[in-house]
Amino acid sequence: MKKSVSVGTSEAVVMGRSAMCEALDRIADAIVENHKDDAMMALVGIRTGGIHLARRLVSTMQERFAREVPIGTLDINLYRDDLVGRARQPVLRTTDIPFDVTDRNIVLVDDVLFTGRTIRAAMDGVMDLGRPARIQLAILVDRGHRELPIAADFVGRELVTTEKQMVKVRLQEEGHLTDAVIITS
Amino acid sequence: MPSSSRHKQAIRSTKAPLDSSQEGWIAGKDLLTIKALDARDIELIIDTATAFHEVAGRAMKKVPVLRGKTIANLFIEPSTRTRTSFELAAKRLSADVVNLSGGSSSIMKGESLVDTGRALECMGVDLVVIRHSAAGAAHTLARTLKAGVVNAGDGAHEHPTQALLDLFTIRACGKNVAGLRVVMIGDITRSRVARSNIHLLTKLNANVCVVGPPTMIPPHIEKLGVSVSYDLESALKGAELVMILRVQHEREQRSLFPNVQEYARFYGVTRERLALASPDVLVLHPGPMNRGIEIATEVADGLSSVILDQVANGIAVRMAVLYLLVATRETTKGVGVTR
Repeated sequence: MKKSVSVGTSEAVVMGRSAMCEALDRIADAIVENHKDDAMMALVGIRTGGIHLARRLVSTMQERFAREVPIGTLDINLYRDDLVGRARQPVLRTTDIPFDVTDRNIVLVDDVLFTGRTIRAAMDGVMDLGRPARIQLAILVDRGHRELPIAADFVGRELVTTEKQMVKVRLQEEGHLTDAVIITS
Repeated sequence: MPSSSRHKQAIRSTKAPLDSSQEGWIAGKDLLTIKALDARDIELIIDTATAFHEVAGRAMKKVPVLRGKTIANLFIEPSTRTRTSFELAAKRLSADVVNLSGGSSSIMKGESLVDTGRALECMGVDLVVIRHSAAGAAHTLARTLKAGVVNAGDGAHEHPTQALLDLFTIRACGKNVAGLRVVMIGDITRSRVARSNIHLLTKLNANVCVVGPPTMIPPHIEKLGVSVSYDLESALKGAELVMILRVQHEREQRSLFPNVQEYARFYGVTRERLALASPDVLVLHPGPMNRGIEIATEVADGLSSVILDQVANGIAVRMAVLYLLVATRETTKGVGVTR
């Protein structure tokens, strides 16, 4: 485990590039296993971290199982419960879901599952677009401390954390040198 | 027109320094002028409007982001289109909306604008959208109220959301504003649409030429960074954007030109004249149009016209402005001063 210490905080890498690849492969396997012969399955990545992970899952499913899975991206800011009192407005990005969600089996994809509030917002966001048959959740890292009754269906890694620690997923797609999951305390 | 120092005061904001985070910001609680915005504010509003444009295209157009907030449309000067656009924008954000017009409000009974605003605030209004025939009315209200204020047109001064929706429409057509050859035709002196658009387009480095009879072009307008022409046909040559202003019969323009037919003969945009412009020219008009006067019917309904896109985009742009000004603010409590 690498550690780097800066002023007042310490960072620990809890997942490196290869561990992340393995975790994503396992998630892709589990989703495909769970959705055999399901032509209505689609992935929806939650902005911003979830989008890149959803894209990776879709390309893994295509390479390993020859499954073509539709993909969309969802901005949840309009559904947040914590807007009032923020110093600045969150920057809205366009929700881009190029298929009708009605009767679909939607798998939401995000990087970190923490309080569950983002997922609540995402479910509301998807349901405003139609009536999906089912919504599931795939998550790279579940760090606990839920504030809502929400659980993931597909989990890459469970992490034991304290509430004050920060868990960040760094991806090459976002300009980082390498993929990593970092805990800052 | 107020001086620039008064403008800055009226904005009443401490701009946060730019940081690299994903968070947005916009100056203060009010949108009063384009003049006071900088390029980052403009880009934030346009980017946010792009997200709302997707929402406006959904079967279910309503999002819950302003639930529990109240917006008052205070239209002392009559308007149907702008008021409807603001009303739909607020309702699609799930805000409650009250509409007050000049004829039906206490203003008719002699109440001052500030007293009307204070009363609205005590009833729990979070933001007032105001249109008024007096330049500076929105500033006066903004200085007095804790609630936000959006200027929906103040006299001949500014109409910022119109300019923003024009910019959104230009961008949506794939045009880059920098270097764009813009011709603006009509009563430049008395048009708030012209003033807001001149500020916006020159901030983004467009080449703006204003055209109209000499009685309608204010002296020293070049100081705003535009060129002036009194000859429509020579100005139209190679134009990439034609912005036609409405001949405002109701504002006593009759003294500015001999008659409407003569205005149409010299400054009406016809199909023949538009053929002088660039082949992919865009025609904008803020509405409502006087067909056959400032714009010929073949131009209004022609392939170059994006006038209906302007109307549609207006809702997305106003949703963006209301979201940016209201979403993160504490809801105004509907109570008076406790003694």
